[in-house]
Amino acid sequence: MNHKTMSAAIVAGAVATAVAGLSSTVPANAQAKEKCYGVSLKGQNDCKAGAGTTCAGTSTVDYQGNAWTLVPKGTCETMDVPGDRHGSLSELKRDLPKA
Amino acid sequence: MTAPKSPSDTADATCKGNRIGAGAFSRALLDPDAPPPAGLVGPDGKAAGKRFNVYRNNVIVSLCEALEQTFPAIVTLVGDAYFKALSRAFVVDHPPQTPVLMWYGGAFAGFLEEFPPLAAYPYLADVARVEWAWLQAFHAADAPPLDPAVLSSLAPEEVASVRFVRHPAADIVTSKWPVLDLVRANRFAEDAAGVDLDVPQAVLVTRPELDVEVLLLRPGADVFLRALFEGASLGEAAARALDMTPEFSLADSLSDCLSGGAFTAVEGHG
Repeated sequence: MNHKTMSAAIVAGAVATAVAGLSSTVPANAQAKEKCYGVSLKGQNDCKAGAGTTCAGTSTVDYQGNAWTLVPKGTCETMDVPGDRHGSLSELKRDLPKA
Repeated sequence: MTAPKSPSDTADATCKGNRIGAGAFSRALLDPDAPPPAGLVGPDGKAAGKRFNVYRNNVIVSLCEALEQTFPAIVTLVGDAYFKALSRAFVVDHPPQTPVLMWYGGAFAGFLEEFPPLAAYPYLADVARVEWAWLQAFHAADAPPLDPAVLSSLAPEEVASVRFVRHPAADIVTSKWPVLDLVRANRFAEDAAGVDLDVPQAVLVTRPELDVEVLLLRPGADVFLRALFEGASLGEAAARALDMTPEFSLADSLSDCLSGGAFTAVEGHG
């Protein structure tokens, strides 16, 4: 290995510091929770005949044609960009690596 | 059972006479302009184009909905309308490789990175990586995190050579963007005003118990933790992090990893 090594004493000291700061924080409430099956968010492989499905053969509806001309909306514009109050999204181009 | 009358001959024909290959069937599923597979008929013996369209629509829409639920921060960032079109483009390009829906979308971050219309939003891919890690952590095997007291029981001279076993839910995302702030603001609706796009962030995604946690890593801690996950000893991993990041603090970073539940056990000491 090319990496310089840290002395065993330094590592041991750092570990002792790390563990000392934790000793009382970890297990404690481990038993306070229970696992509830059947309520998970994803993996809902049920028949999608409900919400979001029109069952009207809309597969021919194609968003692509004009969708890419939309400017994505969202909270991007509320973020602080240095040198500007609320930099517009396009200003991020300055940070892009050369393509 | 009564003897079949003549109309059932058509059902027979679907099974024998006009076999539809699975390849042709699934290709037509992903292309809304493709004609329904030839020979596809309904119980009435007529061509089942309308039925196929309904099915095709459900396939695409259900996959888009899965992506929408997996990547809520991306939905917020690009907007509903854009996400619908975006997810549809992804689904057509990247149909599922397994029947397990919770593993669908692993290629989405890379897709965002390569997708020309989003070239001006380079942070989206890392936001998607965190959301993907979140989903994988959610479904990872349950495992009790390493009890830090185990480290106290080691002799000081063997501490540096100790190796850690990665917790099944633990993953790291290193970004040149403020990926944690972006996820907080757009997935958990926390205040977005403070997001400074010039701040790089690395995060540890874990699930020490039931809830997925996304923790900010200190400078160098991502290199340190990644080295440990790759099997480096504690001393090697610390040296690697220190090499790249002079301000790396072993005590603080290890403390974060232990309290975040990044490991399940130690091995290889002595």
